[in-house]
Amino acid sequence: MARNKEALLLLLDVGPSMHYVLPEVEKVCSMLVQKKLIYNKYDEVGIVLFGTEDTDNELTTEVGGYQHVVVMKNSKVVDGDIVEALQQLPRGTSDGDFLDAVIVAMDMLIKKFGETNKGKKRLCLITNAQCPIKDPYEGSKEEQVTTIAKQMTAHGMRMESIIIRGTLSQDANKEIIDENDRLLNIFSKETSTRLLYVEDPISLFGALKTRNITPVTVFKGDLELGPKLRIKVLVYKKTQEEKFPTLKKYSDKAPQTDKFATHEVKVDYEYKSAEDPDKVVPPDQRIKGYRYGPQIVPISSAEWDAVKFKPEKGVKLLGFTDSSNILRHQYMKDVYVFIAEPGNTKAVLAVSALSRAMKEMNKVAILRCAWRQGQSNVVIGVLTPNVSDRENIPDSFYFNILPFAEDVREFQFPSFSSFPASCQPNKQQLESAANFIKMLDLAPDGKKEVLLPDFTPNPVLARFYHYLDLKSKHPDASVPPLDYTLRKITEPETNLILQKESVVDSFRRSFELQGNPLKKPRRLLRDKTSDEAGKENITAPPANLIEYKSVKVENIGDLTPVQDFEAMISRRDSPDWVLKAIKDMKNKIFGMVEDSHEGDNYPKALECLIALRKGCILEQEPKQFNDFLKHLYNFCQEKNLQSFCEYLASKGLTLIPKTEAIDSDVTDEEARSFLVKSESKSD
Amino acid sequence: MDIEDDPDYDIFRDDEDDPDAQISRENDSTKEYVVYLVDASSKMFNTTCPSSSPEEGNKEDEAESHFQIALSSISHSLKAQIINKSYDQVAICFFNTRERKNLQDLNGVYVFNVADRDYLDRPTARLIKEFDNLEESFSKNIGSQHGVMPGTRENPLYNAIWVAQALLRKGSAKTVDKRILLFTNEDDPFGRVTGAIKSDMTRTTLQRAKDTQDLGITIELLPLSCPNEIFDISKFYADLIGLEGDDLVNFMASAGNKLEDMKDQLRKRMFTKRRVNKFKFTLVDGVSIDLNSYALIRPTVPGSITWLDSVTNRPLKSERNFFCADTGALVEESTTRFHPYKSQNIVFSTKELSEIKRVATGHLNLLGFKPLSYLRDYYNLKPSTFLYPSDESTEGSMCTFIALHRSMIQLNRFAVAFSGSSSRPQMVALISQDEVIQSGVQIEPPGMHMIYLPYSDDIRLIEERYSDTSGAVTKASDDQIKKAADLIKRVDLKDFSVFQFSNPALQRHYEVLQALALEEDEIPEIKDETLPDEEGMARPRVVRALEEFKTSVYGENYDEESEHGTGKPTEASKKRKAHTEYAMKECENYDWGELADTGKLKDLTVVELKYYLSGHNLPVSGKKEALVSRILTHMGK
Repeated sequence: MARNKEALLLLLDVGPSMHYVLPEVEKVCSMLVQKKLIYNKYDEVGIVLFGTEDTDNELTTEVGGYQHVVVMKNSKVVDGDIVEALQQLPRGTSDGDFLDAVIVAMDMLIKKFGETNKGKKRLCLITNAQCPIKDPYEGSKEEQVTTIAKQMTAHGMRMESIIIRGTLSQDANKEIIDENDRLLNIFSKETSTRLLYVEDPISLFGALKTRNITPVTVFKGDLELGPKLRIKVLVYKKTQEEKFPTLKKYSDKAPQTDKFATHEVKVDYEYKSAEDPDKVVPPDQRIKGYRYGPQIVPISSAEWDAVKFKPEKGVKLLGFTDSSNILRHQYMKDVYVFIAEPGNTKAVLAVSALSRAMKEMNKVAILRCAWRQGQSNVVIGVLTPNVSDRENIPDSFYFNILPFAEDVREFQFPSFSSFPASCQPNKQQLESAANFIKMLDLAPDGKKEVLLPDFTPNPVLARFYHYLDLKSKHPDASVPPLDYTLRKITEPETNLILQKESVVDSFRRSFELQGNPLKKPRRLLRDKTSDEAGKENITAPPANLIEYKSVKVENIGDLTPVQDFEAMISRRDSPDWVLKAIKDMKNKIFGMVEDSHEGDNYPKALECLIALRKGCILEQEPKQFNDFLKHLYNFCQEKNLQSFCEYLASKGLTLIPKTEAIDSDVTDEEARSFLVKSESKSD
Repeated sequence: MDIEDDPDYDIFRDDEDDPDAQISRENDSTKEYVVYLVDASSKMFNTTCPSSSPEEGNKEDEAESHFQIALSSISHSLKAQIINKSYDQVAICFFNTRERKNLQDLNGVYVFNVADRDYLDRPTARLIKEFDNLEESFSKNIGSQHGVMPGTRENPLYNAIWVAQALLRKGSAKTVDKRILLFTNEDDPFGRVTGAIKSDMTRTTLQRAKDTQDLGITIELLPLSCPNEIFDISKFYADLIGLEGDDLVNFMASAGNKLEDMKDQLRKRMFTKRRVNKFKFTLVDGVSIDLNSYALIRPTVPGSITWLDSVTNRPLKSERNFFCADTGALVEESTTRFHPYKSQNIVFSTKELSEIKRVATGHLNLLGFKPLSYLRDYYNLKPSTFLYPSDESTEGSMCTFIALHRSMIQLNRFAVAFSGSSSRPQMVALISQDEVIQSGVQIEPPGMHMIYLPYSDDIRLIEERYSDTSGAVTKASDDQIKKAADLIKRVDLKDFSVFQFSNPALQRHYEVLQALALEEDEIPEIKDETLPDEEGMARPRVVRALEEFKTSVYGENYDEESEHGTGKPTEASKKRKAHTEYAMKECENYDWGELADTGKLKDLTVVELKYYLSGHNLPVSGKKEALVSRILTHMGK
């Protein structure tokens, strides 16, 4: 149960220079505790603040000093109280001294655990480290840090330092920053300290590992380069998807008064024979059947075990090859890391030599792996070098699984060069595309890369935990909008685009993208079902983001007939919509003209006519419009509504001539004169 | 346009979550009915085209006829089909045959079939097996004859298309893709007749083909040609299959190539592309392009299990019932879920849960670009998805896509985008892939590959965990690196491609199924292609390179046994070892045989019993009775 129980102290800088990032710190720290409440309920967490106005810690009472360090929460098993405390951090007034905070925290852990709980004591420091630390009573700052670091290792404590820099740190004294960086580096070298510099709020969110997962070896044994050369290695997963939590089905059947109700729903599978639906077949009378074409072949598990493929456990080298022989998109699954057996210096050297040589020569290795004895399949994969640039981290390999011949579907696609000239970008278009790519650079020279996967949190999980906590206080709360910071993961950075509006505009202008009315998409059965499903599932996205087209209009209403018509005629899920739109619009116009009282509807009818005209030109249906207009004209003559025709003529409405739509049989002259002529005739 | 919300559109549906998913997907997806129409005229049996160029002097290879190539391509595709798309239906039909066998009783057309199967039906194990053996018996049972000859009014090609069309009559054209794949090496089927007969035959055959196509059946031509005699499709077939402009160019890319390449091309062309999804890619506000996505690489797994009644071997129907755990009452599948948190149960509706996952507005939003070198090897979670532009509803998509595609390759960049799928919204990397053609065969199609990027929550810090707190770790010396480089040069796989290995587990799986389905006694052994090339590894130069590398890293007098000492045993293993030794020693103090015989084992304490068990490397778990019986079993009593 509590084997992996850890004690974590959060050391948070709340000094004035930190105020503007504190909202982010609050969010990420509270999420960390929220996750612990679910996955590591027995972990302990404490909060130490520095840069505060007050001073409240044991060391200051015992030996004095350690000003402006407040132990906000003593280390205790996680609970809602800690979450709440983290959601409302006080804003401090003095410059923070991170070293003081580290010492106070170490003291707390030593007092509480002594020598026990090695490796399960963790400090997490979040600061911008831009305020000077105090000079020690004796020796240099470096010596003092080294001593503390040694103590930390001796007590089996680990530390994680997240240093906020870049755009997030305002103008600060460079000398102090350099000195602090040097000191922090000592920690990183002397102890198991993860030292991270983050430059934007998203990275701050992602930098703190909010869930502690003890890695499990996938394989422990020999990497066989040949029959006589084996390197001892450990294989771990390097990436593995952290899944959305599986929620249990809820049952409300238990009486309200039952305090011990589990509210769980149990699922029971019953197997019944097809002939006699009332007969339940017991498990021992069932046998597995495998499909082979239309046949189902029954095989018992024992039989299957006897004949199935049983590879020997082992990781064998097939050979090396040029890295260009493997394409990046052929990586199949999550990634493994191969590290030399710790403590085995020869193995460390062998891995180091191979990975460095591979990197120099641009080579990769192809391996065949059966991770465990008794496994029923093997994998083929590519081993790529991971040369470490840090002194205290050994070189290693990454391993990606490659597809087998059966996994590759060799579809053929037309060459781009085979498309007509209208699809080929011209020089100017290529140039504006290139400029566009350069403009939207996420890793500009001299700046830290943004949206680095290593520092990008999963917005869905963050939102879930936030909502979970919210619901624990207000059960009826609705889903909160996505956090502003996290939105930068799902949508482009507007600042970047606004800065270079001209490049974007030129890109936009270069590529005229418009709905293509001529090509009616081929109707597939699946399209239809998807549209229907889509209809039900739409839950209004923010209004400004609705593309008008995306709303499925099925009727032309009285309120916004023009918009309805436009949306309907541009529906691409069936060609029928075009005709329906035109027909409905005609009826609408007739209605308006007919119901008009002293011409009050005329402007609206004109608007509709103009929209209809435009739509008919776009959809290559000029005859529809022309016939309608003629019909409308006759209708008006009959019903004594000539005023409407005059109104139309005065507004310059014409038939659709051949010049506007090739299918029309009306000349320019006819088009122009139609209403005018009729007008004069009616005089 | 929330296409992605349709579960059928999800590229990665989680099958674990949904036990019905697999089956429903197989049924729902568009089915395909194919008629393989193989020319069996004597010209197809000519072996005038060597299977490899004479310079290579591969004399062991017997020359392969076009007929054999066609058969092996079909056999290959049948085997793939029974695994991947077993709901599709096929018919195999020869024309220009001596014998005839078809429903219309037309001359020169022979529909090949096996027992328990309609002409056009799902492929069965028997069909595959007998088709593989067809070649030997072909001349006896079916026989070949010349195509259209002077003085005859018979038109086997016409008949063949008619037969194929009749076979494809079943199934609605809306839900089924119907195709005729025509294998021939005769570019001018009516070349031997002249005058009115020729024009008449040409006209009627083209009309027949057109009628067939009007019924929604596509006719695809798989021409076989030799370097010295190029298949000229303009003579007749271009009209028959209705090729125009660009298609025509694509079509004969293979003319004049080696037979091996032709096989490749046949194999590729026999598959039809299946689109997985269709969506908009928003580049900036107001500019979006239409893309189709395809799953080019997906793990093929053994088919799903169906439970059978072991007595009757009839499939069983599974029924799922939900019970309230508190009251035991049968309940409907509920739409509320809960998660324990702070000793409360927090209840969510499924609607709220899907709302949480809706974090992006579009399907795919462009975020920016990065240099390719920034895409690390460990940024991967699942197979990539291929994107190809579509001009179907947004004009200019193609052009914009091509411009971006080209500029990204030129600038060595990949795009970072956010994919708002309903199952797992996540960041993706889009890599431009240029078209790669090798000897007329498209190896890599042009387009973009969408790679699913991990979040920080998905990345584990393994390397840092093993950082050495004692300071620097030794890295290899230049000499050691050089020795490693020599080794790498020696063990080089020159033309490695991911297509070269078949999955031995899967091969075995289907071998076993096929053998059982045909009630054969023996299951043929499969060759595991994934094992290292031992012969190659034993070559003296390779062995020397391995030795030198080993010496440079491990030293001269290294032997495997001593190496075990170098890895420090962990605390736990030391403890375990000490414990076993202690148990062994204690164990000797008892006369176990005597105790067992007199039934006094049960009088010993559990601790004492465990001395014996750990001393003999047996499990020590369980209750006292279990321990006693385990000891007795071990002693053979």
